[in-house]
Amino acid sequence: MNYRLIIYTLGWVLSFEAVCMILPMVCGFIYGEKEALIFASCILICLIIGRLFISFSPKNKVMYSKEGFVSVALSWLFISIFGALPFIFSGAIPNIFDAFFETVSGFTTTGASVLSNVEILPKSIIFWRSFSHWIGGMGVIVLLVAVLPLSGGGNFHMIKAESTGPSVSKLVPKVKQTALILYGIYVVMTITQIVILLFCNMNLFEALTTTFGTAGTGGFGIRNDSFTGFSDSAQITVTIFMILFGIDFSVYYFIFVKRMFKTGVTSEAKTYLGIIIATIALISYNCRGMYESIWENLKHTAFQVGSIITTTGYTTADYNLWPEFSKAILVLLMIIGACAGSTGGGIKVSRIMILLKSIVKEIKIAAHPKSVHKLTMNGRTLQHETVRAVNVYMMAYLIIFAFSVIIISRDGYDFTTNFTGVLATLNNIGPGLGTVGPTGNFGMYSNLSKFVLSMGMLAGRLELFPLLVLFSPYTWKK
Amino acid sequence: MKIVIVGCGKVGQKIAESLSSENEHDITVIDLRSTVVNDVVNAYDVMGVVGNGASLDVLEQAGVKEADILIAVTGSDEINLLTCLIGRKTGGCKTIARVRKPEYNKEIELFKEDLGLAMVINPEQTAANEIARLLRFPSAIQIDTFAKGRVEILKFKICKDSVLCDMKLSDMGAKLKCDVLVCGVERGDDAFIPGGDFVLRAEDRLSIVASLEKCSEFFKKIGIKTNKVKDTIIVGGGEIGFYLAKQLIKTGVNVKIIEQDTARCEELFEVLPKATIINGDGTDNRLLMEEGLEQSESFVALTNIDEENILLSLFAKSKSKGKIITKINRITFDEVINSLNLDTTIQPKDITAEYIVRFVRATNNSFESNIETMHLILEGKAEALEFRIGDNSPISEKTLEELTLKDNIIIACINRNGQIITPRGKDMIKSGDTVIVVTTNRGYKDIEDILE
Repeated sequence: MNYRLIIYTLGWVLSFEAVCMILPMVCGFIYGEKEALIFASCILICLIIGRLFISFSPKNKVMYSKEGFVSVALSWLFISIFGALPFIFSGAIPNIFDAFFETVSGFTTTGASVLSNVEILPKSIIFWRSFSHWIGGMGVIVLLVAVLPLSGGGNFHMIKAESTGPSVSKLVPKVKQTALILYGIYVVMTITQIVILLFCNMNLFEALTTTFGTAGTGGFGIRNDSFTGFSDSAQITVTIFMILFGIDFSVYYFIFVKRMFKTGVTSEAKTYLGIIIATIALISYNCRGMYESIWENLKHTAFQVGSIITTTGYTTADYNLWPEFSKAILVLLMIIGACAGSTGGGIKVSRIMILLKSIVKEIKIAAHPKSVHKLTMNGRTLQHETVRAVNVYMMAYLIIFAFSVIIISRDGYDFTTNFTGVLATLNNIGPGLGTVGPTGNFGMYSNLSKFVLSMGMLAGRLELFPLLVLFSPYTWKK
Repeated sequence: MKIVIVGCGKVGQKIAESLSSENEHDITVIDLRSTVVNDVVNAYDVMGVVGNGASLDVLEQAGVKEADILIAVTGSDEINLLTCLIGRKTGGCKTIARVRKPEYNKEIELFKEDLGLAMVINPEQTAANEIARLLRFPSAIQIDTFAKGRVEILKFKICKDSVLCDMKLSDMGAKLKCDVLVCGVERGDDAFIPGGDFVLRAEDRLSIVASLEKCSEFFKKIGIKTNKVKDTIIVGGGEIGFYLAKQLIKTGVNVKIIEQDTARCEELFEVLPKATIINGDGTDNRLLMEEGLEQSESFVALTNIDEENILLSLFAKSKSKGKIITKINRITFDEVINSLNLDTTIQPKDITAEYIVRFVRATNNSFESNIETMHLILEGKAEALEFRIGDNSPISEKTLEELTLKDNIIIACINRNGQIITPRGKDMIKSGDTVIVVTTNRGYKDIEDILE
């Protein structure tokens, strides 16, 4: 294990976090809050430790698979720990476990909160909470690779460990260029949404924080009632953008940059949009009569469906009050999640597609034992490794899920709350059902449960394996 | 530049490695085997496509339409040619194909133009050329040529009793009355670009720059034999052995080939009537001694087994004073091989990759920078670059004394319309010259880069 290389990478990650904290600091100065100074001191801490770590310049800068996984997992742990400092120092969230939970929830774009009253928080703290969504959405390492002069193909190991989906590939030959393109698309879409929201009667602060939450598919609300209080136009804009940010970014690259329409990357996106349309239809039919008009009904259903499937977690309606059938569909959407290669979480549509196709294949083989079948996606045969990785991922996911539920059940809350609580954190959604539903929060859980859920969020964002590799004794054996 | 490499065997990987390390090319590799593609993508900054490189779909997916160069180095000649043909038709890129079957040797010339191939490379032929070159100048460990072959960088080892031992470089010109320039010294694992105060020691590996005639003169003065070898023993009558024997016979060298396979021996006898073909086991030391290993001026180990070649060469080294050349195909432990005292080793696949990389660079240079040739010297620790000096270059029309160069740089040679000048402080670089610069720094694209 190349310890120096890992520490060196962490140094850059911390320096990067220091740069990120400049924005909330500026925000604090604009609103004349004393928290600006707290951010300044946190920047200093990150910079000093970051510099110290960077001074461990490694002799061998080749990043192997193992170092890639460990670096990414540790980067996310570190960025969450240091990102929690402003919450603790400012007294906004004095409990360390609470602050860690809130920060992890931010960076992993979960949006689950321990706070019951957001509106009393200083603006700069709210800004930092939302901005962490934006940073975590596309990924810390992806940005570092895009801007830092880290050379070599080994960086691809880190990008792979951080990116989502069953198989990660490059858009263009160079890792750096690929990272730049992804961030380019991300930034353009973010700015577009900010501008549109400004036209929807939002002030700049609201537009920025809301967009950060949407772009990263995070979902930290800036008001206690999440998104209920905003205008119809703002709600519709956010609905559309949530769904857009849940689509694989390479689709945008091929369609808008390369102008290739038959790219063969779109089958996942098509399925994803199909699921959204189908569930909106089902739920709005099931919820008929609950709202004043069909328009209201559709608007709320679309917002909730978009928010849940993309794992954003903004809400405009308390779906705890919806019929059981609708709630069951929402739970299914929570499990499915967004597209691979988007900023969304969950198991990912493409994995579900591969799993379903595997089932169909097994049935066909049962009928004709000697027949030959290969799984295909986008018209291409899937590598055996990809299918295997999906199956193993699913199993690991279930085991982690089960253990988390068992541990947090010790706190004595009802099953719906515990089950959807784990689902909402592991899949980076935010609100679940029951006590952790749209109107509730995670504040009532014990410190142990909060820690387990925090690790669940990290595991979910990094798609399990980086964290499993980090904590596996095999990795550290000499 | 945008480069597509079809075939990720050893040559393909080597090319991907060299070109991706230059950081200015967008490289896509294609191979049928997904595991190999994954390995390459993980190791180097390139994009991978799994599929048959000769299929249009796959090539388009790899972006052949925008590509500048297509390199086909799969194991099959036919696929390579087909790939290049398709690439040429769809993309209009320059194409390079590896074609190794000797049966196609004559045909290549026929179809090279028709298929629009920019370069056809035969690894065995290339390796044989390299060996033949070394045998013409047996004292050198490595020879690289510049200025269209007029200048050479030669590497050789200083023996214990050489006059060069303990000589200061600044005294060399006066003591030997000879105009060569030492551009690099390797001592153990270190490589230096020496200044005037540098003192040479025995066992140092010296790289010198000079024209052909000056090299011979220099070697005569320091008492090293410079004549080409008169005879050679080749163990292994494969393709390289055949090409090598053919070339050597042409220049009047007595060639003895030891080959185990009777049928192959008969084939060789038919195509090489002037060579002595011996049907026997090359690893049998009695046979080697019987065939005059001790008297032979050179020995080339070309069997298909690397380990066998190494052992054979070590044995030959212990018995003979001649030039020993060892072919190594797969083994990649350079440090270990260097420590074995094997004289010269030849890695055909590396040579193939190097030739292709050199071609890519030359193409790149023709529109992006003004490097004419580039060689890696001092075990890859330094680069020797040949720059063409344009009009109004900040370096021209000044004496070298007036220029402030960066550290670890030496201006090794000036070529003015074919006249080779070993540069001294009072010399001046003029526009139209080509200048050879040796440096351990990397990434120079223009002659201006050498200035402080």
